Amino acid sequence: MRRLWRDRRTAFGVTVLAIVTGAAVAGPLVSTGSPTAQHDIVATRFLRPLATDHSGSFHPLGTDRFGRDVWTRLVYGARVSLAVGTLAVLLSVMIGVLVGGVAGFWPGPVRTSLLALTDFALALPRVVLLLLLAAMARPSAALVIVVLGLTGWMSVARLVHGEVRSLAARPFVEGAVALGVPRGRVLVRHILPNALTPVIVSAALGLGNAIGLEASLSFLGLGVQPPTPSWGNMIASGRDTLVNAPWVAAAPGIALVLVVVACTLLGDALQDALDPRSSRAP
Amino acid sequence: MLTHLGTRALAGAIVVTGVVTLTFLLVRLAPGDPVERLLGPTATPTQLAAQRRALGLDRPLAAQYAIWLGRFARGDWGRSIATGRPVRALLGDAVPATLALVGTSLVLSYLLGLAVGAWQSGAGPRVDTALSITTVTLFALPGYWLGLMLVMAFTYWAHWLPAFGAAGLDADGLTGWSRLADRLRHFALPLATLTLIGVGGAARFVRGAMRDVMRQPFVTTAAAKGLSPFQVTRRHVARNAFIPVITLIGLSLPALFSGAVLVEAVFAWPGVGRRLVEAVQARDYPVVMAATAVTAVLVVAGNLLTDVGVAWIDPRIRRGRGDA
Repeated sequence: MRRLWRDRRTAFGVTVLAIVTGAAVAGPLVSTGSPTAQHDIVATRFLRPLATDHSGSFHPLGTDRFGRDVWTRLVYGARVSLAVGTLAVLLSVMIGVLVGGVAGFWPGPVRTSLLALTDFALALPRVVLLLLLAAMARPSAALVIVVLGLTGWMSVARLVHGEVRSLAARPFVEGAVALGVPRGRVLVRHILPNALTPVIVSAALGLGNAIGLEASLSFLGLGVQPPTPSWGNMIASGRDTLVNAPWVAAAPGIALVLVVVACTLLGDALQDALDPRSSRAP
Repeated sequence: MLTHLGTRALAGAIVVTGVVTLTFLLVRLAPGDPVERLLGPTATPTQLAAQRRALGLDRPLAAQYAIWLGRFARGDWGRSIATGRPVRALLGDAVPATLALVGTSLVLSYLLGLAVGAWQSGAGPRVDTALSITTVTLFALPGYWLGLMLVMAFTYWAHWLPAFGAAGLDADGLTGWSRLADRLRHFALPLATLTLIGVGGAARFVRGAMRDVMRQPFVTTAAAKGLSPFQVTRRHVARNAFIPVITLIGLSLPALFSGAVLVEAVFAWPGVGRRLVEAVQARDYPVVMAATAVTAVLVVAGNLLTDVGVAWIDPRIRRGRGDA
């Protein structure tokens, strides 16, 4: 644990995620007005970053083509990104633990078919699956959470399966089974709590991934719908004004990269701290 | 080795069948009646029933599936609802464009990734940290956003490269070298976008694989018997690190195709990914189904190729003694 906190990657990851979460939670305090507020469009549109408009409002990241404050939209977009990402990862972890736990503890046809299902889902391009699912229903944040959860559980299932399988051969498990404890109860009470540590790593990496994919779907118009700000649909709207207002597309992209890098580094640092064989952190 | 590859080919066929089945079920279970959409709100119940019978939609789901699967296997993929063109022709033009983009970027990513990863694993801590930060950032870049930023820099500011399509409007009038140059200029930005992200992923993995091999006892032995660090790296470390790297190429194919879908959409590159995105946005189900199946076939075929590559490089599998 101490090694984890001394790791500079942990420091970076935790700092970035704390700042973004803080800004998202305290949205109204750190931003000016509503993310969808439009005032005098002609006078306030395409203001450069650090500009002050005619009514005296300061725009740290400028305004978009409707005169909406980019910083405010970024902060409210962080709410969407973090909420959708976290819920999607929770859903995929639940599915993954269920599939992996059952596959690891019930040998025979159950294990074979669940592992085949996992390999099958892993062999498909995730964006193609997402597009397929997103094509089926009206786009919304809830739909994005469900489809991200349904397409993200495979790596968790594999990890949990491996852990459960090795734990199932340990004496305390054999003892519990010999005492007549039902197998389902053995799995939930004795095995899973011991098998969940590597899931944390997977969840950290999965969070970055889910936030990135939510933005991709929203960028394509299949996720969170405007005028609700999401980093993905902000990039999409900035795409049309790339020439005269590049900051509209640049700002959410930079935020996205920072959050994804933070999740990746945090995941890497956790991995190294949990795996004693791995190399010392750079 | 043949048995090994045969098993893999069978598994691949099962994956493709599974994808096709899944697509069929999802499209059929989707809300909304395709016949009502086709005939419009003024259609009478008799007309709806007749159209349903004509399309075979009044039969049980299993029968519909069998008929559809038979047609699909014969290459009869129906017509696009949005454009009226046969789906097969629509995707036939798109597959070469996607293969050119994904294939070239794969080769470049791994060549550059191997170079960076190998450099890193032999370098001092400062260089290693700097390169690690660079590669993790590259890998985190959303492809569509990086694409837009490159368009901003190279198209709008520098006026060097075109941003959209695979050929200029005047391409038909060009001949020989100028035509080739036009193609390459259109190819540059989508390729650079996919490759920059790919290099990040490949270099991160190569570094890890090289470090794992370096901790093996045989590397210590090689150094102890007096080989120079360069020889140890080239003859002992790189060769062994190469096997997981080739396996990774196969495993990274789904992610690469995922990235290509969005990059194609941004650059209007006429590939399968762009067709898929357009079809999803227009709810053009025949195209969605076929494009999904084609992507699955491409990924499975790519995986088989890497299996052949691993078997060819690793003597343990080549001689049929491997457990892989």
